[in-house]
Amino acid sequence: MIENDPETRNVAPGTPHDSMLSETVSYVIGLALAVILTAVSFWVASTSALWGPGVATGLVVLAIAQMGIHLVFFLHITSGPDNTNNVLALAFGVLIVFLVMIGTIWIMGHMNANMGPEPNMMNMQMQRG
Amino acid sequence: MSTHAEAPMVGLTHGGSEDTGLGHRGPESKSIVVPYGFWLFVLSDMIIFSALFASYATLVHATDGGPTTNELFDRTLVAIETGALLLSSFVCGLAMITAKRGNMVWTQIWLVLTGLLGVVFLSIELFEFGKMISEGAGPQRSAFLSSFFTLVGCHGAHVTAGLLWLGTMMAQIWAKGFQPHILRRLLCFSVFWHALDIIWVAIFTIVYLIGTLPA
Repeated sequence: MIENDPETRNVAPGTPHDSMLSETVSYVIGLALAVILTAVSFWVASTSALWGPGVATGLVVLAIAQMGIHLVFFLHITSGPDNTNNVLALAFGVLIVFLVMIGTIWIMGHMNANMGPEPNMMNMQMQRG
Repeated sequence: MSTHAEAPMVGLTHGGSEDTGLGHRGPESKSIVVPYGFWLFVLSDMIIFSALFASYATLVHATDGGPTTNELFDRTLVAIETGALLLSSFVCGLAMITAKRGNMVWTQIWLVLTGLLGVVFLSIELFEFGKMISEGAGPQRSAFLSSFFTLVGCHGAHVTAGLLWLGTMMAQIWAKGFQPHILRRLLCFSVFWHALDIIWVAIFTIVYLIGTLPA
C-alpha cells in the first residue's frame, strides 16, 4: 500500500490516510462543519437581524469557507510536503477562477453602466428590478 | 530497490546532488499519476463553471420584464437538495474507506446510498426545472433564465454523468473485485463527486440564497 512505501512521498487527491477510525472521524468532522456552515448560510439569508447590505458578502465568505472544509476533509488536500503537487494545481485553478469571475463582473459591470439609457435599447440591456 | 542512482548531467539537473530528500526520481506510480491527472481535469472543470458563474452574474438582472430570482426560487427545495448532495458526498467518502479495506458488502451499500441521494437531488432539480418551464420561465424567456439554465443545468448534467459512472463502478467492483486499477477508478469517481458538491456550494449561495435576499 501507499502508506508503507517509504519511497512514495506523494499522495493523490482524495486518498484517505492511516486507520479506519481516523479516516471516518475526518469525514464526520467534515460533514458536521459543512452542515453548520450551510445552516448558518440559510439563517443569514433569511434573518433580518443583520445589516442588509453586508449579507451577500457574508454569504460568499461562508461559501468559500465551506469549500475549504470540503477540500480538507473530503478531498484530503493538506499543507504537507506529500500534497505539494495537488496544492499547486489547486492554487493555479483558483487563480484562473478568480481572474475569470472578478474580471468579467468588473468589466461587464462598467460596460453596462456606461451604456446610455437610450429607450429603444432598453430590452437589450440589463433591466434592474 | 534504490531509485537514487546517478542522474544524467542534462538540462537543469546538477549531477547527483539535486536530491532534495522530498521525493524520489522518475515518474510516480500509477496510483499517484492517474488521480493527479484527474484532479487537473476536475480543476479545469471548475474553470468552465467559473465562466458560467461569470455570465450568470452579468446577466442576472437582464430579466426582460419576465420573472426575477425572487419570484422563482424556493429556498425549502434548495435546502433539501443541498442536504441530499452533502450527505451523498459524505457517504461516498465512507464507501472509499470500506473499499480500501476490500469490504464488498459495505462498499456496495454505501455506493447505493450515494447514488440514491444523488437521485433525490436530481429529481428535485428536474421538478424545479419542469415547474419553471411550465410557468413560462423557460430558458428562452430572458437572458437571465438562459444563463440560469446553463449554469444549474450544467451542474445537473455532471451529476447525471456521475450517477452513470457510479453504476458502472458498482458493477466493476462486483464483477472484478478490488483490483488496483478498479480502486484507482473509484478514487477518481470520489474526487469527481466531492468536486460536484463544492460547485453546488457556490450555486446555492450565489444563485439561490443571494438571489432570494429581500431587495
